[in-house]
Amino acid sequence: MDRIWDFSAQEPRIALRDDRGNTLTYEEMQYETDRLAAATGGRCLVFSLCRNEIGSIMGYAAFVNHGIVPLLLSSRLEDSLLRNLIDTYAPSYLWIPEDQSGRFADMEAVYSAHGYALMKTARQEAYPLNDALGLLLTTSGSTGSPKLVRQSYVNIIDNAQSIVKYLELDAEERPITTLPMNYTYGLSIINSHLLAGATILVTDKDFTQRGFWDFFREAGATSFGGVPYTYEMLDRMRFYRMELPSLRTMTQAGGKILPDIQEKFAKYAVENDKRFFVMYGACEATARMGYLPAEMALVKKGSVGIAIPGGRFRLIDGDEREITDPNVVGELIYEGKNVTLGYAECGADLNRGDECHGVLKTGDMAYFDEDGFFYISGRKKRFLKIFGNRVNLDEMERLIRGRFNVDAACTGIDDRLSIFTTEETLMKPIQEYAAAVTRLNPSAFRVIHIDEIPKNDSGKTLYSALEQYNGL
Amino acid sequence: MSNLEKYNEAFITTFEIGADQLEGLQYQDIPEWDSVGHMTLIAAMEDTFDIIMDTEDIIDFSSYEKGKEILSKDNYGVSF
Repeated sequence: MDRIWDFSAQEPRIALRDDRGNTLTYEEMQYETDRLAAATGGRCLVFSLCRNEIGSIMGYAAFVNHGIVPLLLSSRLEDSLLRNLIDTYAPSYLWIPEDQSGRFADMEAVYSAHGYALMKTARQEAYPLNDALGLLLTTSGSTGSPKLVRQSYVNIIDNAQSIVKYLELDAEERPITTLPMNYTYGLSIINSHLLAGATILVTDKDFTQRGFWDFFREAGATSFGGVPYTYEMLDRMRFYRMELPSLRTMTQAGGKILPDIQEKFAKYAVENDKRFFVMYGACEATARMGYLPAEMALVKKGSVGIAIPGGRFRLIDGDEREITDPNVVGELIYEGKNVTLGYAECGADLNRGDECHGVLKTGDMAYFDEDGFFYISGRKKRFLKIFGNRVNLDEMERLIRGRFNVDAACTGIDDRLSIFTTEETLMKPIQEYAAAVTRLNPSAFRVIHIDEIPKNDSGKTLYSALEQYNGL
Repeated sequence: MSNLEKYNEAFITTFEIGADQLEGLQYQDIPEWDSVGHMTLIAAMEDTFDIIMDTEDIIDFSSYEKGKEILSKDNYGVSF
């Protein structure tokens, strides 16, 4: 199969630069990725425990470019969740930060580079991998659900090319990492900028740390991405007063941004000769599906824009008929070569082929205006976006029931998940568990004590009766 | 309540931790003090002392001790 990136064809330029002064040129990328791929000995499954570090990105590029299928996971994923995934999918290797090798004392390190080690698992038998399969990502980033999205090589290259086109990326770009690379949006920034031959500024630090901004200014970052909560934080930090002459582009995805925050950043961009892109996507579409052109950011406030180059949006009603009139709500359907192969829920699924055929039912309810710009109005499925991370409410209920052996019900709004329990003494442990298992800040989880979880006659939870608590 | 007590209370309420954990506490030492928790803490400090913090001070506020130093500066005038 063709490689995604041809590093040898890039200009002599730095591909990755971190906040400790380490760099990797495109020429070195070529050399390092060839060596790592050779050490794995051919096509197989690797779990990559990710951080925004050079070794982590180099490892990912090596695997995808050489037909080795990585599953990208957070290096902070809880042990039991990780072990569960290892048991389910039987990877041949793990690619881990060397400082975590103590976690895997039962495995042998067979290769190491840039602070990362290739650990051979004890697995003798591997599951067959479908020829099209290039990459695996988790659907709900954080809960360690064994459900994965299967992405093909065509998906990765097509989406990266499309992003390069509409964001007009070139080799002069210097994006700074602000999102985890195992998160589809963070990964799309890496994929597209490596394709453009740009220099990625690699840091694991947060917006809220001085080290992040020192690196930003010193290395001359030209762009960053953020989820809605990122922009709310930047707003509270009075970001608009910061002197950032190198900054050219800001992008937003990972959920619906508050209209007044969108307006503030759009105005800031106009007044300071920068670009602000509101975008729309999902892991099931590799990453990106839609974007609002920067010059429309104020005119079409609240819109997720239009389909990316090569893609198409349409709406269907309850009878699956296409909606052709503006301002009528229906389910948003996306079509494009970046629609992924489908899901995997067990090792045998890794041999499945394309089950979606380029069509994705997004589960989002939307309408379009007279000019053909799309607006998301609601969601069909039971999940929330917490700080940009998808958290499935049914999955969270299952986890709590499994852990505490009590009934639970979850509902809420984005960035604010409500967990209902009848056990008053478990309120604090449940909140702590929800935060620990998702690795998200505990403030996102509210545990509410009620006398009884409302159910209908067939025993299904009546979520409508719990919605009154969401606004509190 | 003294300024020190108010300052401690902002930490204790924001992160739901005990007073014995405050000394030496740094950003990312506990799961609660991540970027999300940081902005909640800053909001609590601004409310408690009725101040508006500069961006540079918000990103410098990297530990329990450093925060005291920042709030003691002339423009905030919180004395401990």
